[in-house]
Amino acid sequence: MTSFGLTDEHQMIAQTVRRFVEHEIYPHEAEVERTGVVPPELAAEIKRKTIEMGFYACNFPESVGGAGLNHLEFAIVERELGRGSMALNHFFGRPQNILMACKGDQIERYLLPAVRGERMDALAMTEPGAGSDVRGMKCSAQRDGGDWVANGTKHFISGAEHADFVIVFMATGEDQTPKGPKKRITTFLVDRGTPGFTIREGYKSVSHRGYKNMILDFDDCRLSDAQVLGEVDGGFEVMNEWLYATRITVATMCVGRARRVFDYALDYAATREQFGQPIGKFQGVSFQLADMITEIDAADLLTLAAADRLDKGLPANREIASAKLYASEMLARVTDAAIQIHGGMGLMDDYPLERFWRDARVERIWDGTSEIQRHIISRDLLRALGA
Amino acid sequence: MKVLVPVKRVIDYNVKVRVKADGSGVDLANVKMSMNPFDEIAVEEAIRLKEAGKADEVIAVSIGVKQSQETLRTALAMGADRAILVVATDDVHNDIEPLTVAKILKGIVDEEQPGLVLCGKQAIDNDMNATGQMLSALLGWSQATFASKLEIDGDSAKVTREVDGGLQTIDVKMPAIVTVDLRLNEPRYASLPNIMKAKKKPLDEKTPADYGVDPAPRLTIVSTAEPEARKAGIIVGSVDELVEKLKEAGVV
Repeated sequence: MTSFGLTDEHQMIAQTVRRFVEHEIYPHEAEVERTGVVPPELAAEIKRKTIEMGFYACNFPESVGGAGLNHLEFAIVERELGRGSMALNHFFGRPQNILMACKGDQIERYLLPAVRGERMDALAMTEPGAGSDVRGMKCSAQRDGGDWVANGTKHFISGAEHADFVIVFMATGEDQTPKGPKKRITTFLVDRGTPGFTIREGYKSVSHRGYKNMILDFDDCRLSDAQVLGEVDGGFEVMNEWLYATRITVATMCVGRARRVFDYALDYAATREQFGQPIGKFQGVSFQLADMITEIDAADLLTLAAADRLDKGLPANREIASAKLYASEMLARVTDAAIQIHGGMGLMDDYPLERFWRDARVERIWDGTSEIQRHIISRDLLRALGA
Repeated sequence: MKVLVPVKRVIDYNVKVRVKADGSGVDLANVKMSMNPFDEIAVEEAIRLKEAGKADEVIAVSIGVKQSQETLRTALAMGADRAILVVATDDVHNDIEPLTVAKILKGIVDEEQPGLVLCGKQAIDNDMNATGQMLSALLGWSQATFASKLEIDGDSAKVTREVDGGLQTIDVKMPAIVTVDLRLNEPRYASLPNIMKAKKKPLDEKTPADYGVDPAPRLTIVSTAEPEARKAGIIVGSVDELVEKLKEAGVV
């Protein structure tokens, strides 16, 4: 485990979360993988224990009941969570910090219950026709009297099956610009059970079974101004202020999972014998291990350093993109090599290797594809030169 | 009442132990170390006594290398109030012997005057199962070993002990030494607020000389060996075949 620049508290946070994941998450992973669902009593148990430990909503400031962890500390928590099933560690609750944009009544209705673990949230941005191109969204809310009437479909909405309310981005108008029409976006808080709003099962994904992707349908769903998070037409501002750091979550979870995968590969290389010796004695295997751990450490440092920049108030957009890009691509290589070291057994569901390999695939896609991250990185470099 | 809880830094129970090439002991270089699991149960019990209003202060103590500080920080993060570290060696491979530990603990008890000492029944590294008993003898206090249940009532304690063949319940006069067994409780995870506070809680550093104890070893390890590898078994198809195989092996 990389300890460069980390304090005793950081190490203890890492050890505690890791231990929790090993004891409370690992034993239930195989069942969730097989059935594709998390039993409600198990979900409640994980949530209860997380609250007891004071880790629930630890990404929120103390002023609203969170633990006030900074980005680096939170990245360490999520790194260790990344070892375990996403379906299960969803209940080691980390509400969307975008809820800090709540104002007035919204604080009592959404923010505080979310931090206390009484109400769960989900974030809905992606649509069938609007993936990387967020502004291409078709979901829209039109003014009708003093209210809004929302229509459209969102998909790939993680955690929506457990959500008491969702944070939804909707087009609320269009501006004419020299580059063509540009949509205005507004963020809404929508309660489960609101007439005209339904949540249904999504697709069967190759990655993260049990961590479902849901489809949200809005059919003349009437919303009031009280449901607007941030300002009307201010969706992009809310997004840029609060969703900036979620790519660190992906990066750091990739690092945690890669370390778990690596431990399997290392152990197998040391114990599996062929041609009269452990396969780790063959350079073909040992050099793979050397490359794997080097890449994992590099991704770990890159990610923690990006989080640290945010804490120091330094520009971090490029660094976060680099961390997300590198860590997710590293995980793909590490899971692939781990299966190669395990040989045929690596593909069988007796071992969790095939699961890690499948789970790794989505990391290069969600929260901004590798291509989008490369775009962000290169634009950041070239813009400075006026190109 | 103060409760004193001695905790030991041992090789983590998940680690595959390797014997050193020269047979002088177990290789501890670059190995993950943790709090002895039985000691964790003792810390948990002490914190529960405090939460139940039966204890006012929980003091964790560790005797060994300086790195035992991490073990004490874990106890503090679980909820102990303060800690005492007795640095008795700078060599991780030098295991401080039970009698030395008991003598140092006696010195600490004399200073701190706790009403109860809660120890793990043994440490999972060398399984000596001796420190608690020796401390009780040195102090002339009552002892209850292998506790699976502990109820304190004024100046006596009712302790259920896990003994061969069943459970035994005894009353002991306080102050007492209680060594705890696996089923006494399930230790909690350190909480985030306590992790953040752990660094600010007092941790006093001492030496064996502060208690007039010479930590030099009295025992010599002659050799250390790995257990013999288990031989491969066979799967039998029926009871008849099982009986036949057992006969062949000469065990029935």
